[in-house]
Amino acid sequence: MSRLVNNLLLLAGLSLLILPWFRIYGNFWTFEWLSLELFQNEEYGPLLFQFLLFERWWLFPVALPLGAAIVQMLCWPKSQKITSNIQVATSLLGVTMIITQSFLLGDFGVNYTVLESIFTEDSFQYGLGMGAISLLYAYLLLFANGIALKGFMKGDVFSVTCLVVIVFLVLVFVFFPVFNILIRAFWETDTGYSLAVFVDRFSSPNIWGVNCFSDSAICGVAWSTFFLALMTALSTTLLGLAFALMVTRTNFRFKGTLRAFSVLPIITPPFVVGMALLLLLGNSGVVTQAINSIFNVDLGGWIYGFWGLWIAQTLSYTPIAFLVLIGVVEGVSPSMEEASQTLGANSWKTFMSVSLPLMRPGLANAFLLGFVESMADLGNALVLGGDYQVLSAQIFYSVAGASSDEGKAASLAITLLIFTLLAFFIQKTWVGKKSYTTVTGKGDGGIYGKLPRMVSSFSYASAIPWAIFTAIIYIMVLLGGFVTLWGVDSSLTFTHYIDAFRIEFVNNNLVATGVAWDSFLITIGLALIAMPLTSCIGLLTGYLLSRVDFPGKSYFEFSTMLSFAIPGIVIGISYVVAFNQAPIDLTFTGIILVLCFVFRNMSVSVRAGMASLAQLDPGLDEASVTLGSRGFRTIRKVILPLIKPAITASMIYSFIRSITSISAVIFLVSADYNLASAHIIGLVEQNEFGIAIAFSTVLIVVMAVALLIMQYFIGDRKVFLRSKK
Amino acid sequence: MSANSTVLFNNVSKRFKDFTAVDNINFEASSGQLITLLGPSGCGKTTTLRMIAGLELPTSGQIIIGGEDVSSVYAAGRSVGMVFQSYALFPHMTVMQNICFGLSDKAKDKEETLDKAHAVLKTVGLKNLEHRYPSELSGGQQQRVAIARSIVTNPKVLLFDEPLSNLDAKLRRQVRGDIRDLQRELGVTTIYVTHDQEEALAISDEIIVMKDGRIDQKGSPKALYQYPENPFVAKFIGEANKVSGHLEAKQQGTDHSIVFTLDGQELFSCDALKKKYSVSKDCDAFIRPNAIIILSAPSPEANSFRVKIVSAVYMGSFVEYMIQAPWGSELFMIDYSFNEPCAVGSSIDVKIDHRGVSIV
Repeated sequence: MSRLVNNLLLLAGLSLLILPWFRIYGNFWTFEWLSLELFQNEEYGPLLFQFLLFERWWLFPVALPLGAAIVQMLCWPKSQKITSNIQVATSLLGVTMIITQSFLLGDFGVNYTVLESIFTEDSFQYGLGMGAISLLYAYLLLFANGIALKGFMKGDVFSVTCLVVIVFLVLVFVFFPVFNILIRAFWETDTGYSLAVFVDRFSSPNIWGVNCFSDSAICGVAWSTFFLALMTALSTTLLGLAFALMVTRTNFRFKGTLRAFSVLPIITPPFVVGMALLLLLGNSGVVTQAINSIFNVDLGGWIYGFWGLWIAQTLSYTPIAFLVLIGVVEGVSPSMEEASQTLGANSWKTFMSVSLPLMRPGLANAFLLGFVESMADLGNALVLGGDYQVLSAQIFYSVAGASSDEGKAASLAITLLIFTLLAFFIQKTWVGKKSYTTVTGKGDGGIYGKLPRMVSSFSYASAIPWAIFTAIIYIMVLLGGFVTLWGVDSSLTFTHYIDAFRIEFVNNNLVATGVAWDSFLITIGLALIAMPLTSCIGLLTGYLLSRVDFPGKSYFEFSTMLSFAIPGIVIGISYVVAFNQAPIDLTFTGIILVLCFVFRNMSVSVRAGMASLAQLDPGLDEASVTLGSRGFRTIRKVILPLIKPAITASMIYSFIRSITSISAVIFLVSADYNLASAHIIGLVEQNEFGIAIAFSTVLIVVMAVALLIMQYFIGDRKVFLRSKK
Repeated sequence: MSANSTVLFNNVSKRFKDFTAVDNINFEASSGQLITLLGPSGCGKTTTLRMIAGLELPTSGQIIIGGEDVSSVYAAGRSVGMVFQSYALFPHMTVMQNICFGLSDKAKDKEETLDKAHAVLKTVGLKNLEHRYPSELSGGQQQRVAIARSIVTNPKVLLFDEPLSNLDAKLRRQVRGDIRDLQRELGVTTIYVTHDQEEALAISDEIIVMKDGRIDQKGSPKALYQYPENPFVAKFIGEANKVSGHLEAKQQGTDHSIVFTLDGQELFSCDALKKKYSVSKDCDAFIRPNAIIILSAPSPEANSFRVKIVSAVYMGSFVEYMIQAPWGSELFMIDYSFNEPCAVGSSIDVKIDHRGVSIV
């Protein structure tokens, strides 16, 4: 108890007396704000001084509930039950008060006209700062302690605190912004909020129109996106299956190479495939020009639009389907097939009536993944979309274009969310539960039967050409950076690399003057900052989900996975709308990018954590507890050392996903904090293909190195495997 | 370990959502005794053990350890040692690190910690293995590390959750004995969970038989075997043939006696049975397989009857028979004699030794 009081006093002291209550412009961590002048600073002085010096009377009440709780604990000891009730009540009151007061006033005065009579005309407040965060944290600690005293989660204060903090963060940084953008679909400057506005926007023929069936007009963007997603899902699933069958069931010689192929999309920024496709099949692409010169046929810009998008997405996402399906195909127990054969079925019948039906849930899973990926894809749509309209690009243009229309963007975002969430629901509730593959841990001595001739020919015939095509695409990426001007001047050059990554001596100082350096270093820096945060919050969530029982757990799991299903463009636009003014003002900062990385990527860490904890005997935790370990000690001494591989993996994936993300961050970058992916898209728009490709290649190499580092560390896993009985 | 460390359960229940795992149980495990919780899987014995450990808290009722009410204290604050079914040895720590885990890791206590650890290593006979990892030990050695780890903290209560289930049959007998010896030596109150009645009989001071979250019967191994109070205990502890008949008074000269009869056939006399039975009552008798005795020659002995051999299995030190009784049902019989096994299909005369019978 006394430790809690100490912590609360410390946090309260910090936020009341020392930390700037409001945000400061400039870097917090340089501590330039820490001077005597701080206390007289109206813009961000600590809470107490805001109250005493600047008559910001509405701020003071937020600290009172905390004071009450501390006084109760120190001077008025009561039974556990009463204490916990007081703690829960005061903390809820405190959080509510902070949230309420922060919404009363904005950067330019009152937020609601009814308040004009209460506040003076020149009242204002900036976004919340460290002081407010510290006080909020104090309330969360108090709340967690209160409900732990009631026996929630077996009274484990550490776990409860983690849960409370994570839930709060997910509410603030996932639910609040997304909800905030979605209600904009109902809002019009003149009329305010109304359902009619939404119905009007949502039912626009631009979205759901079906005229393309009756006359030559184009269909609504929802349908064209849906159609593309279906086609992509279909092609990636079929190709993925072909690859998976080839790798697991045939004697194909280059299986290892094919497996490596599955790594490619992980380290490829999403628009790179589109760019490479342009180098090959675009107006000045190699193939286009060759056909033009040999057959004298002008193919035109056919690649811009549906076909280009379809090919690019199939190239990008087939490896993902492969990754899913290889597990599925390997999960079909050989003894099932052997049983079928001993019952007299030939290989064709075995495949069609045993193996394939067993893979059905896996196939559906891969299909839905392809569907969602295609829906959420912005990079290729920007590079190759042409006149073919897809939702992600339309959302982008309705905000980034000349006439920014948040309402339209919001209704498009809702449309997109409907599709992806539906796919997510189907995957979770139907496919997720219908897996036939069971890992029993018992060795399965069987040998896979031969594939029927037709199936193996299908696999070879589709997978091998596609693999060659993919290889050509990546060779294009590699070469593209060394060609002077694609399609015009094919001489080889280092200019692009030099332009991008030049380092010069200026006045005897090494200066990085290459155009790519700024965004490259910012990207790496922010990705490195986000990396431990993502894996920490993700693994803790995984720990809570797999080890601790508490009511509402399934909702908690669902909401942490939700950020995975929300397309990046929706997250990006919702962040920029929600966090550009008080109370949370993060525009033009690196923090908003880091937050975006963390909450976009945490679900990967959650899964990694859950998967590796599922393999750890829960008896280990219990043994530690019965030996007297309280709170964090079990995690630190027992769990963390045993899930090291998961930690490494989740860190590296978080790092890589941060670097390759584009759709979520494209609205969040600023002059000071530009990211590599946004920079490259900008270069493509300016037709600076050479530099763009050189830059992409360097990114791919960096990420490949990161992956190799991970492989190296996870190679360590033997130490732990040895331990299995 | 002379201090009082009695474990007391007062009306303890544990419910998980709509499932009642433990239903209002009461028992006392006296200080220094070894008590076994015995029952089929799902009977609530492991939940009971976990409540003693503090890994689960009771939904209602009181748990008292050494006079202290620990009903709302979680495991870390309870001073209990637990040996897990999977041993739960920390795979990334050496034997020494595993054993020291529950001891102080402050630098100033280092010497004391090491002394304790070495002492306990000696007790369980694992000297010179302290730098090995658990994966480098045999199953029996791992088990001893698990025990060492749980006793080094000098707990009030020692808990075993099916500790022998991962060992092969031969090792089981030995480890069982080792655990019993160690427990006696330390004098620590011990609660032992198993579903194996033979193990329970061999090791316990007292056995608590559980079924469907309730205590069915408790008592010494001998009491449970000889005087089961209900059909479940009779069949669960040792094997038994259930035979339904009734009790009749019989007068022989001046002697009044009670006999168990079935279809008019007298099977055995109930006089020697401990309990007093009321006459002409329908009841079930549970006959141990080795209480059916083969009579070497057709003899005029009272209460003998003729059975037909349905099947015979030669097991080396004994022979298992299924026999068909005159009243139609099949009985399971074990013959420990050195006689030649009887041929299947042949008829033999048998009688029932009343010492192997209990009436419920």
